[in-house]
Amino acid sequence: MTSPTGAARPVADVVRVRVPEPGLRQDLRAVKVVLHRELIRFWRDKLRMVSGLVQPVLWLLVMGTGLSNLMAAGGGPHGEVDLKTFIFPGVCAMSVMFTAMFSAGSIVWDREFGFLREMLVAPVSRSAIVIGKCIGGALVATLQGAVIVALAGLAGVPYDPALLAELLGLMFLGAFALTGFGVMMAARIKQMQSFFALIQMAMMPMMFLSGALYPLNGLPTWLTVLTRFNPLTYAVDPLRQAVFSRLDLSPALQRTFNPGVTWNGWVVPVWLEIAIVVGMGAALMGVAILEFRHAD
Amino acid sequence: MPDGGPAVEVDGLIKRFGDMEAVRGIGFTVRPGEIFGFLGPNGAGKSTTINMLCTLLKPSGGRARVAGHDVVSERDSVRRNIGLVFQDPTLDGYLSGEQNLRFHAELYGVPRSVTGERIRQVLEMVGLWERRRDLVQTYSGGMKRRLEIARGLLHSPRVLFLDEPTVGLDPQTRASIWDYIRQLKDAEEITIFMTTHYMDEAEFCDRIAIMDSGRIVALDTPEALKAGVGKDRVRIQTADDEAAITALKERFDLDAVMSEGVVAFPVASGEAFVPRLFAGLGVPIRSVSVSRPSLDDVFMSFTGSTIRDAEAGSSDRLRMTMRAMRR
Repeated sequence: MTSPTGAARPVADVVRVRVPEPGLRQDLRAVKVVLHRELIRFWRDKLRMVSGLVQPVLWLLVMGTGLSNLMAAGGGPHGEVDLKTFIFPGVCAMSVMFTAMFSAGSIVWDREFGFLREMLVAPVSRSAIVIGKCIGGALVATLQGAVIVALAGLAGVPYDPALLAELLGLMFLGAFALTGFGVMMAARIKQMQSFFALIQMAMMPMMFLSGALYPLNGLPTWLTVLTRFNPLTYAVDPLRQAVFSRLDLSPALQRTFNPGVTWNGWVVPVWLEIAIVVGMGAALMGVAILEFRHAD
Repeated sequence: MPDGGPAVEVDGLIKRFGDMEAVRGIGFTVRPGEIFGFLGPNGAGKSTTINMLCTLLKPSGGRARVAGHDVVSERDSVRRNIGLVFQDPTLDGYLSGEQNLRFHAELYGVPRSVTGERIRQVLEMVGLWERRRDLVQTYSGGMKRRLEIARGLLHSPRVLFLDEPTVGLDPQTRASIWDYIRQLKDAEEITIFMTTHYMDEAEFCDRIAIMDSGRIVALDTPEALKAGVGKDRVRIQTADDEAAITALKERFDLDAVMSEGVVAFPVASGEAFVPRLFAGLGVPIRSVSVSRPSLDDVFMSFTGSTIRDAEAGSSDRLRMTMRAMRR
């Protein structure tokens, strides 16, 4: 411990501060600073950045490569599409999902370490804090996703600036929805362990039922229905559409690997998928705001 | 706050948790510029009261105004005018000291033109300016508490609430925290409202309210409270303590107890009593000391137990409840 300086120093001129009336400007500042804190913390925590990479890279390089061999050995008709290319959008979505959930989980962490109190007693609206947290979490998740996007070449995805920008934009929207989901849960959960247990429980099925790892056509009815109800499905599909639109493939291969999402035979357009994701995000964040308004 | 109006005004304040009444209708007024102390054992209702005044808990009944604003109907106005230092730390250990303060400044809407200067000022006041770029997780307990005090002051609140500001700190650090608090009073026009269960700290307050089981049992300056007890404390060492206690009861009608290895009892005008004691006790006396009443005695005279005994006893259940509520 550094020894305290003993006698306090005299202060000559006191700068007096007048705290302004609450209003939109104050709330915007609050959103910005909560978001800024997320970025600072993400930047400081290099370990988290690296560990967040491990799982997606495993899926992409190890599972992707391994299963490609199986397909080649089986002599299927799809030799021209690398399985790694196919799961690349799914892996992007996964990486974003993990980071977004962890960011949301930091609310539980903040509660345990008391910092949440500092935010909740401030003279700003609770919405500002929740919105800041959601956008901050989404931004952090997108940054993490950007690292995966940088690996596109390994998966045979072209480094097309427009494609990369499109992927990042879509990832941000997906991450926003997922952070909203995480924050909504974090509002009610008081312990880190419970939060992570719950997140694990929610994330695995969401991932397996999303089309991140296999095409969503020709599935048995029960599985088809489940995947259509999974919000992550609508976050993954636009990513895949973006990637496959840049590949030079025969229509047959396109149909097999990039069938899109269908509702009873009707192909859901990408704009609707994006609208679903954004709408979900806004709704979940709305619930989170209500929860934090009532919590003290 | 209208000039000259009270900094804190409480009337008939009640807080119930289920069937249990933690605060049972208290009332008091704190004048601007005062250091006002809430003294009592853990679980007496001090933190519950402070949480109601800080708008963190809704009162079950009664009224409270802080800096001229009602804590229920004008919550945000109260929040803009108070600074808070909690019992448990509320800092972000992964940010630097300065970043923690910047976060606070933004959240409270401190004008950007004065933020830098104000941060320097409060950090210098608590002696942390040189450490401002270090992560808070590398700070010692005392440094963290000082940083919290600095943060509580950052937006120039009218009332600073300190909930057990020195609990868990070593004596040296406690002393330095008190230096800062007293200096504060000179440097800023501020009212300080604090809770403590350390008697020696309560002495530093301008006025103290003694709280026990959810009620205020006494409220005055430390001097007046001690004078009000009216009795000095006499401690004697004797050849046979048990015989001495019996003799004190039989011959002088005094209730003496063993305390820290000596026989102790309260008596009016202690110095004048000593010659009578030697003449009449009938048990050889080795040493005598007479002291003016301390706040311990004040507490004892109002509640019938020492603050340490009160703490060890019935308060545990309440404290558990508080902790559960805080989570």
